[in-house]
Amino acid sequence: MSDRILMQGNDAIARGLVAAGCAVAASYPGTPASEILSSIDRWRKKCGATMHVEWAVNEKVALEIAYTAAIAGLRAAVSMKQVGLNVASDPLLSAAYLGVTGGFLVVSADDPGPHSSQTEQDSRLLAMMAKVPVLDPASPAQAMALAGTGFDLSEAFGVPVMLRPTTRVCHASQDVEAGPFRPPVREARFVKDPARWAATPVHRRMLHDRLAEKIAAIAAWPATAPIRVNPEVSPAMAVVASGVAFAHARELFCELGISDRIALYQVIQPYPLHAAFIDHLLETYAEILVLEESAPVIEMQVADRRRVRGRMTGAVPGTGELLPEIIERLLSRFAGLPVPAGALPAQGGGRRPTLCPGCAHRSSFYAIRKAAPAGIYPSDIGCYTLGINLGAVDTVLCMGAAVSQAAGFDYAHRLSGKQVDIVATIGDSTFYHAGIPPLIDAVVQGARFVLVILDNGTTAMTGNQPTPGTGIGAGGETTAAVDMEGLVRACGVRFCRAANPDRLPEFVALLKEALVHAREGGVAVVIARQPCAMVALAAGGKEPGAIVITGECTGCRHCVDRFECPALVFDEAANRVRIDGMICTGCGVCVHVCPVGAIRAESAAEERS
Amino acid sequence: MSADVGNPPVMRQQIVLSGVGGQGVLFLSRLLAEAAIAGGFPVLTSETHGMAQRGGVVVSHLKVGGFDSPLVRTGRADLLLVLKEENVVLHREFLADGGALVVNAAVPTDAGPRVRVHAVDADALALSAGAPHAVNLVLLGFALARVGGGGTAGGFFCAAGEIREALSRRQGAGGSRLAASLSALDLGIAHGT
Repeated sequence: MSDRILMQGNDAIARGLVAAGCAVAASYPGTPASEILSSIDRWRKKCGATMHVEWAVNEKVALEIAYTAAIAGLRAAVSMKQVGLNVASDPLLSAAYLGVTGGFLVVSADDPGPHSSQTEQDSRLLAMMAKVPVLDPASPAQAMALAGTGFDLSEAFGVPVMLRPTTRVCHASQDVEAGPFRPPVREARFVKDPARWAATPVHRRMLHDRLAEKIAAIAAWPATAPIRVNPEVSPAMAVVASGVAFAHARELFCELGISDRIALYQVIQPYPLHAAFIDHLLETYAEILVLEESAPVIEMQVADRRRVRGRMTGAVPGTGELLPEIIERLLSRFAGLPVPAGALPAQGGGRRPTLCPGCAHRSSFYAIRKAAPAGIYPSDIGCYTLGINLGAVDTVLCMGAAVSQAAGFDYAHRLSGKQVDIVATIGDSTFYHAGIPPLIDAVVQGARFVLVILDNGTTAMTGNQPTPGTGIGAGGETTAAVDMEGLVRACGVRFCRAANPDRLPEFVALLKEALVHAREGGVAVVIARQPCAMVALAAGGKEPGAIVITGECTGCRHCVDRFECPALVFDEAANRVRIDGMICTGCGVCVHVCPVGAIRAESAAEERS
Repeated sequence: MSADVGNPPVMRQQIVLSGVGGQGVLFLSRLLAEAAIAGGFPVLTSETHGMAQRGGVVVSHLKVGGFDSPLVRTGRADLLLVLKEENVVLHREFLADGGALVVNAAVPTDAGPRVRVHAVDADALALSAGAPHAVNLVLLGFALARVGGGGTAGGFFCAAGEIREALSRRQGAGGSRLAASLSALDLGIAHGT
């Protein structure tokens, strides 16, 4: 029996953080970074460390909380997905100037592809803009090690450090040898220094000078210097790679048999790239191929355009994930070998994601189209983005934008003398994250729209993390809970009503009432409150088989096209719908959807719906 | 990094698991990965998370032996396990010549020449056994029986016994959950034997 254990990349990062004495950790969930904080909580309990671990209301708040612990001398970390770093960029850029006293790690997980994100942006570019060093792990095991290295680097130079894994590191799993824990033993001690911690512009200029000096010194720090994989050979060509692109390249060097002809380097710290390494590359190699995701961060620092090839020169595709099949072609071409013509793996295709069977969002979307058939439907980030399948999502921009876009549509149409019904949707977690300031703005400006807050009591898309409304903390502890209705009313909204969307006819009537208010009186908020079906399923309460299709089904497809429940299956041969008993939750909402009344609920399900 | 460049270890196996959200693809890949670690092999997997898990296509890659990359390239998989037949067309490109496709299908699927195909109606089996959520283990059991285990040519890196041990480490020996999992695995084995 091996003493190595299987760890997901996010689990390994969490282990590395806790093992290195991280005392404060905060996060807002987002794929592919979500599991980091829940794993931190699990490792904390395992080693008995005293820590503050929290799901913050958004990434900006999370970063500020962790950063502040680090200026009080503790080791602290914040984790998020790359678009979350956009939200947190304001404090990050300022924190780089002020620096830290305890180690501070910003874990920002990128998603080249993208697999589950709005953009393919490269957090390393933001690290470069902020002037903070960034570490780029190639595997779960390396990510765990670099969490500790990152704290050491942060404390050696008094700067925030970014750890930038990608999806293929976060959601890879690997056998890892877990080392010992180093529990946090320091006491918080904030040393007042207003010229630094509350620096005015004149001091900021000096802090900027100091930061530039730190970055120059970090570009010579031995512990994060690039690693030469095959030092025994002296070829004229080199491949420089980082992150998982390095892992693919290393495996392919072996398979293609090019290790004796081309030097292979792994860059651990893409910014600042080690100055001596840049000199060495340009002194030694006639041709250099750079493989990195997703922006040319290393490539742009090796400033010899005649010898360096990569994303900037077009030698490497400028967008998209660097799949191993693509790297195989690039390396083969670079090495002068025949370029393989094998297929790329299927991107997309197959069954599209849908809202789960029994999901109350489906009821809300169906009701919205019933109540405002000619409306504009701004929406937001979460499971309910899948309302696009139901024709009830017209826009998705970024966290919280449903509210400001609803207002924006009203102002734009009003200028043209038009009034349109606008029904925006936003999840409860997203509302708390970024929906409150635009709601205040809309009330003040007199915007006319209905905002439906889809309150399923959880952050469902990312794995059911608690929201500020649930009264549960990251470790399952009891916390204070925010009263959503009170919050909405405090924003100045005069029409605020909560209802269960699975009671479909009543919910449609409520939406119509809200639309009347919006046309005359400004913003109306309807809270669609029903627990996430996955949470309900996990708690027990599934009653399969309670829904039946009668012989009256005409095969009109209305339920499969407009309601799109995976448990409603169209049987092409019989030209009618049947219920998939393996997944039907028996919620009974579809009973109200069938235009000819051919869907019937039996006993219990009927009483609930 | 586990592999030395130019010096690959002997045991190397690449497996792709395909299905849709909710079928337990992730569970299967972690179970196999844990069995690999127990057998003393280095292992790398790559998983699907996020929106795709909401009923969409889910694929896991599993590489046992000395590898660096977590992804299986097309044309390289020794085994392809498909829990949803409609995914065969999406993922058959992963199979190497001479590789085996094990698919949850009522009738054998055509996956082109040079591929060994083993089909079983795991949905029907699981439903008849009153365990609709154990389709994944039924298919795994069937696959172990059909292609062989314990490092035999063309078979799995591990034997059914090692999967049973990995299951009991995961679900706790003696519990009802473990008993249900083991009987689903055995149901698949019985149909593949």
